[in-house]
Amino acid sequence: MNGMLQSARRILAILSKELTQLRRDRTTLGMVIMIPLIQLLLFGYAINTNVRHIPVALVDQANSGLSRVLTQTVEATQVVTFTERYVDISAAQAAIVEGRVRAALIIPPDLSQRVARSASVGAGLQTPPSTDEQTSRPVAQWIVDGSDTMIAGAIKSLRAMPLTELLRRPANRSTPTFAVALFFNPEQRTAINIVPGLVAVILTMTMVMFTSAAIVRESERGNMEMLINTPVRPLELMLGKIAPYILIGLVQTTIILLLGHLIFDVPLHGSLLALAVATLAFIGASLALGLVLSTIASNQLQATQMTVFILLPSILLSGFMFPYEGMPIPAQYIAEVLPATHFMRAIRAVMLRDASLDQVAEDTLWLLGFMLLGLLLASLRFKKRLD
Amino acid sequence: MTEPVIEARGLTRRFGTLTAVDALDLTVEPQTIYGFLGPNGCGKTTTVRMLTGLLTPSAGTVTVLGHQLPRDAELLKRRIGYMTQKFSLYDDLTVAENLRFVAHIYGLSHRIARQRISELLSTYALEPMHNRRAGRMSGGQRQRLALAAATIHAPTLLFLDEPTSAVDPENRRDFWERLFDLIDAGASILVSTHYMDEAERCHRLAIMESGHKRADGSPAELMAAMGAHVVEVEAPDLRALKQQLAALPEVISAAQLGSRLRVLVRDRIDDPINWLKAQSLQPAPTGLDLARPSLEDVFVTSTGKSARQGSSLERPSRADGDARADADANTEAAGTPDDTAQHQEDHRR
Repeated sequence: MNGMLQSARRILAILSKELTQLRRDRTTLGMVIMIPLIQLLLFGYAINTNVRHIPVALVDQANSGLSRVLTQTVEATQVVTFTERYVDISAAQAAIVEGRVRAALIIPPDLSQRVARSASVGAGLQTPPSTDEQTSRPVAQWIVDGSDTMIAGAIKSLRAMPLTELLRRPANRSTPTFAVALFFNPEQRTAINIVPGLVAVILTMTMVMFTSAAIVRESERGNMEMLINTPVRPLELMLGKIAPYILIGLVQTTIILLLGHLIFDVPLHGSLLALAVATLAFIGASLALGLVLSTIASNQLQATQMTVFILLPSILLSGFMFPYEGMPIPAQYIAEVLPATHFMRAIRAVMLRDASLDQVAEDTLWLLGFMLLGLLLASLRFKKRLD
Repeated sequence: MTEPVIEARGLTRRFGTLTAVDALDLTVEPQTIYGFLGPNGCGKTTTVRMLTGLLTPSAGTVTVLGHQLPRDAELLKRRIGYMTQKFSLYDDLTVAENLRFVAHIYGLSHRIARQRISELLSTYALEPMHNRRAGRMSGGQRQRLALAAATIHAPTLLFLDEPTSAVDPENRRDFWERLFDLIDAGASILVSTHYMDEAERCHRLAIMESGHKRADGSPAELMAAMGAHVVEVEAPDLRALKQQLAALPEVISAAQLGSRLRVLVRDRIDDPINWLKAQSLQPAPTGLDLARPSLEDVFVTSTGKSARQGSSLERPSRADGDARADADANTEAAGTPDDTAQHQEDHRR
């Protein structure tokens, strides 16, 4: 019993020492607030997966009233903006190579005939065989810089654009194959998906970075030799070291979600409890990961390098930027090891889809397991000896 | 109570091919200050670290306060205090915060911690600066704080690794007064130093050189058993004289002290004054006097017997003869260059 009391006393001593040191370190304290603030504003506004206003060139060989209506219709989709005009196809190609435009629309001289045929097919006046080269020809052609798949995809979406304007007909009443109902983010705003993900990314960065330096700093500043000469136990040291950062992690989460709600109108559909539990589990897992790194690194620079090594896959593989499902299976295995992947799933489920705690239990338990394993590993790796 | 606080037999530590401490035997009696005297890199810090359980010995046995090391290192930690060579408290915490931290780490309750801290603040004259950050204090103040922190849990045995290397002489004297207070209160102290004047204050002393213990005894015993006469020589051209003396096999060392030359002559010469006169020295000495041996003389006679043939320790009395890097990187070594080369040669042999 007395041992437990002393143990608690030692953990508290380390905790309050860390807090005092943190309070005196104005720069770090400033970063605690500023990193989530700036990154939220930056990424909330900047990241947009709905590609719009792609600069494109126009080569109008028809140069008729009809061709002008066609270009206006295309521009009205807001997918592209015609920034350059050329008479010559090779000039348009050169503009793509130079990177001035990402694509070029080439309207052939026989536009009106093509439109007429297309109209007759679309209107169902005739039913020509689809193999008929004359009738199945598109009205115009896009040449696209296909190296960026997102840009290419956006322009490809114009392929089946209805030509109602051109045909002076009432809106196309053709029935789509599927009805699509968009749940949770009907307006398709990217920020809705990005802001919860940002919590995972920013917490990975700050939590791992803080603790990866925590043990190394004691050695670098020469405090370690004193510390390992005291009766402090490795696990007590680890717990005392991470405890203050749990608080910091919660502060950062609050900043991101509150501003995300106020500025980007990101909803919190799920319960605060589920959110808090999942977030705490993730903070714990990240801190434990940082501690493990801290027992491996021999100076703070190495600790920072290891943090970046963890941070990059946490951004790119966790599902923050690109859908997890699109990755090859081996990459998915790697992503599964990262705490950020599990938290990304859990926080999006809770915030956007009103998932309950037991619906995200699997990821939350995984994070808790990761934390315990990390703490154990860090404590075992930490030796109270110099040899 | 008469049982030794430290008992080491054949204590050895190797770092790769380097043997930092070689078959050291050590007995420290309770309520004494035991000194480790030796140049940087002689294995003092390595020995202290083995005795506190921080380093595992490559060979040999150690019992400290009845605890066998390295097995019982954790049990020992509550009963010893350790003041590291480099200041190891937190620069960004105040005096009081540092002491509170250490007190709680040793598991003292709030009440006892408060009481101990106020005692220590007044004992070590830290009261007026209890709110100052450790990083903004002078060397002497930091050292008093470090001693206060190392004794906060009232340890039975205190290890001090070169405690006064960044402290001016007056603060050093005060510091030693405090050490004797601790002895009176029942503690035992092991202190490493490279200052002769500090070594002289110890009850008992081991002279270390390149991992070996060269001599062991009280300062008075060591001086009595030195095996050499001390002759102070006056002459017009001391530098020329020094070279001639150094070449004589009977002369252990000749070191210049101001306008005199302090010459150590082996005690197989019964009458060193007349023996020196009989040597046809040029220029002839104008004065020859027998002098009382000092600890520095003991140090010179007991170290580097085979390698050293007339080199000497330079004043001020720092024994920075050996610049070999101790594997723990505490190498502020300011060794005299000629000695260094010679010693490194010696290690290779």
